[in-house]
Amino acid sequence: MTRLLLLLMALVMAAPLPAQDLLPPAPYAYKQLDDPAQEAKARALMETLRCLKCQSQAISDSDAPMAGDMRHQVRSRIAAGEEPEEIRQWLVERYGDYVSYTPQLRAMTWPLFAAPLVFLGVAALLLRRRFRKTRGAVK
Amino acid sequence: MSQEIKSKRSGLWLWLPLALFAGFFVLVMTGLLSPADRNVASTMIGKPLPQFDLRPAVPDRPGIATAQLADGKPRLLNVFASWCIPCIAEAPQLEAWARQGVPIDGIAIRDRTEDVQRFLSANGNPYKRIGADDLSAVQLSIGSSGVPETFVIDGKGIIRHQHIGDIRAEDIPKLIEKLREAGQ
Repeated sequence: MTRLLLLLMALVMAAPLPAQDLLPPAPYAYKQLDDPAQEAKARALMETLRCLKCQSQAISDSDAPMAGDMRHQVRSRIAAGEEPEEIRQWLVERYGDYVSYTPQLRAMTWPLFAAPLVFLGVAALLLRRRFRKTRGAVK
Repeated sequence: MSQEIKSKRSGLWLWLPLALFAGFFVLVMTGLLSPADRNVASTMIGKPLPQFDLRPAVPDRPGIATAQLADGKPRLLNVFASWCIPCIAEAPQLEAWARQGVPIDGIAIRDRTEDVQRFLSANGNPYKRIGADDLSAVQLSIGSSGVPETFVIDGKGIIRHQHIGDIRAEDIPKLIEKLREAGQ
């Protein structure tokens, strides 16, 4: 009985091992830039960058420390005058296209951009044929 | 006659939806049964290490600057953290490497000095240098997306290989191979 009690007490009092760091978040993880125009730029970019820890979230949505550090990276680079697309490129060079939610034009992805045009073309052709037919029928 | 051909053709069309369904079914099942690899590989392999200079994470080991990592000898660059559980699992492997004379440098991600010290005294210290990466800046700049990760760096400071996750016994042959290649 006492052994069981001791075991229970040990369970209750066990200190969980922290699975996350104890450092405070990066300075710009949760702090906006002072210049609203710059903050808007940073915000727009952060919404299209993938959190690498929590892969279906953007870094703007995630509370993972790494996402915070990525936001810090984005905001401090914007504050230093870098363009959002340069920062995206910097990350893509390191992690590949996967880090960007905005598709990039590549040998692999051009059908993605061409498909709407092809569909529009096909639709125009079909419509033309149909209109011609009806006109012929009215005559 | 033409009626017959027509019905034959429409008979084939009749099977099309089922064929499409079967195609989708196979696609979905393969996705379900063998989920895609969720690791994000660094695209920095073959490129030189970016410039950085990290303060020492613990008092008894120096920090790391890029220039020191291009001293002509291949090495392992281990990205770890005291708060990372799999890092404990790979510690014995790193110890064994260090005993065999492979230089290992560490980058401690988002860590406090006292936590790194506690981690090292509990799990051993195979590192020649340990840099503290408080904002994950170096981690981001080498395309690492988690802890632990181990990079093979050649003598010129070029990243040759990335191992994602803890190093297990079965990963050793590949790492030896990569280290040997980096040493040539």
